[in-house]
Amino acid sequence: MDLILQQSVNAVALGGTYALLALGLAMVFSIMGLINFAHGELMTIAGYVLMYCGLASVPFVLAVPLAILAAMAAAMAMERIAFRPVRNASGATMLVTSFAVAMILQVVFQNFISVRSQPVAIPDFLGQSVTLGGLVIGVNKIVAILATLVMLVALELFMKRQKHGIAMRAAAEDFAVARLMGIRANTVISAAFALSGLLAGVAAVLWVSQRASVDPLMGFTPVLKAFIAAILGGLGSLRGAVAGGFLLGFIEVFLAAFLPADWQAFREPIGLSLVVLVLVVRPNGLIPAATLKAVKV
Amino acid sequence: MEPLLKLSDFRVRYGAVEAVRGIDMEIGKGEIVALLGANGAGKSSTMNAVAGLVPVTQGRAMFDGRDITDLPPEAIPVSGLTLAPEGRRVFGTLTVEDNLRMGAYAVQDPDDVRRAQDRVFALFPILEERRKQWAGTLSGGQQQMLAIGRALMCAPRLLLLDEPSLGLAPRVVEQVFELIVTLRDQGVTICLVEQNVAGALDIADRAYMMRSGRIVGQGPAADMRDRSADSYLGAH
Repeated sequence: MDLILQQSVNAVALGGTYALLALGLAMVFSIMGLINFAHGELMTIAGYVLMYCGLASVPFVLAVPLAILAAMAAAMAMERIAFRPVRNASGATMLVTSFAVAMILQVVFQNFISVRSQPVAIPDFLGQSVTLGGLVIGVNKIVAILATLVMLVALELFMKRQKHGIAMRAAAEDFAVARLMGIRANTVISAAFALSGLLAGVAAVLWVSQRASVDPLMGFTPVLKAFIAAILGGLGSLRGAVAGGFLLGFIEVFLAAFLPADWQAFREPIGLSLVVLVLVVRPNGLIPAATLKAVKV
Repeated sequence: MEPLLKLSDFRVRYGAVEAVRGIDMEIGKGEIVALLGANGAGKSSTMNAVAGLVPVTQGRAMFDGRDITDLPPEAIPVSGLTLAPEGRRVFGTLTVEDNLRMGAYAVQDPDDVRRAQDRVFALFPILEERRKQWAGTLSGGQQQMLAIGRALMCAPRLLLLDEPSLGLAPRVVEQVFELIVTLRDQGVTICLVEQNVAGALDIADRAYMMRSGRIVGQGPAADMRDRSADSYLGAH
């Protein structure tokens, strides 16, 4: 029982990070139909900012907001430079553009920073653990869960109550009509990227504080996972992305914990098979996006 | 008097297809002008191009003496013109209230927004009853009312209504047409795109008839009523 609880905490922590990333992907996708594979590089950028801040002895409490801001700025720059020119192009064109952006950034990191993994100074307290009701929980896990919770609640309030959040939901549902209301296309898309950058930045801080290192390809794996989570939840659906992120976190952590040792080599394929199984039962994802529902046959 | 909306040699092209082939049209202040024609005649293309949703390939659109031909759609409501597009297109996952709030997105003064919402609720009490409900759960007629109400939120001087009667029960269609007259009496100029020729001509002051992207007839609604049966059926 304790083991299940213990692993559940791990699953929520990992799933929360996936959820943040998936939410960023879903947010951009819901508004402009772009699957941004360069989302992972936003994480890497935030990771490098943490690393350089450590080298420059900037206090961690300052490094974190700087890293997050860097990811937001990079996301907005990405939109302005790379994605705005192909905004009305087909989904495939935008997808390939995002691959190009990702690869260019990876090469830039490799050539101008290092091909190797670089250590990131993480405050000691994050590596410690506390005992809560018989469970030993890493402080970084607690921080991850709390940060995820704060982000999700703040985002929920923004999207539900704030005029600009509602406008983003309106634009996600019917972009042309949203523009007829006076909602500016550039503003809404730029805001979606800024939010996705914010989420990627927070996820990067959580990711790096578990690993204490950053490398040029750091963002690739988590964003691939987040992409799977977003599909699992229903591509373009924000709630779906969150649900998919947590579900994927649970699948991974529980397979790692409870799969017999001989089977561990097949952990990833088994996990992905479970994802496929969910999609067979619910082809549009756990919580399908409203716009997808409309075209469902 | 200078017309409120004036289209001259107005053309819209989608790739190889020219949907609107050089039309001239005028809408005077306080009028209800019907734009009639069969499916595919170019009526909606004209409205969408005026609102900036599709580019105008040639010609001009002047609104209240100002050239709006090349304005993006988001700049249109600020100028005092709105389009309630074909097929209602309310934001189904937003509440009724939030749909209206989005209609007033371009309005800066919160007092103006409140006044506009009071006006819409006075016109459509059912929307006030259902203000917290998702717009997607409303009936077709209620969604049409919400679409019109949403368009009214920015206090337009000219309202373009694209097929407001489409897919509605006859009794509801009647309500919508009555409402259009009420709105005109409140000072809103209306351009009404319709396939329901008889209903539109009953309330319109003047009408234009479109076929294959061209204006093939125009005049006071009363005159058009006598001619319309032939010319409308001739389109098929």
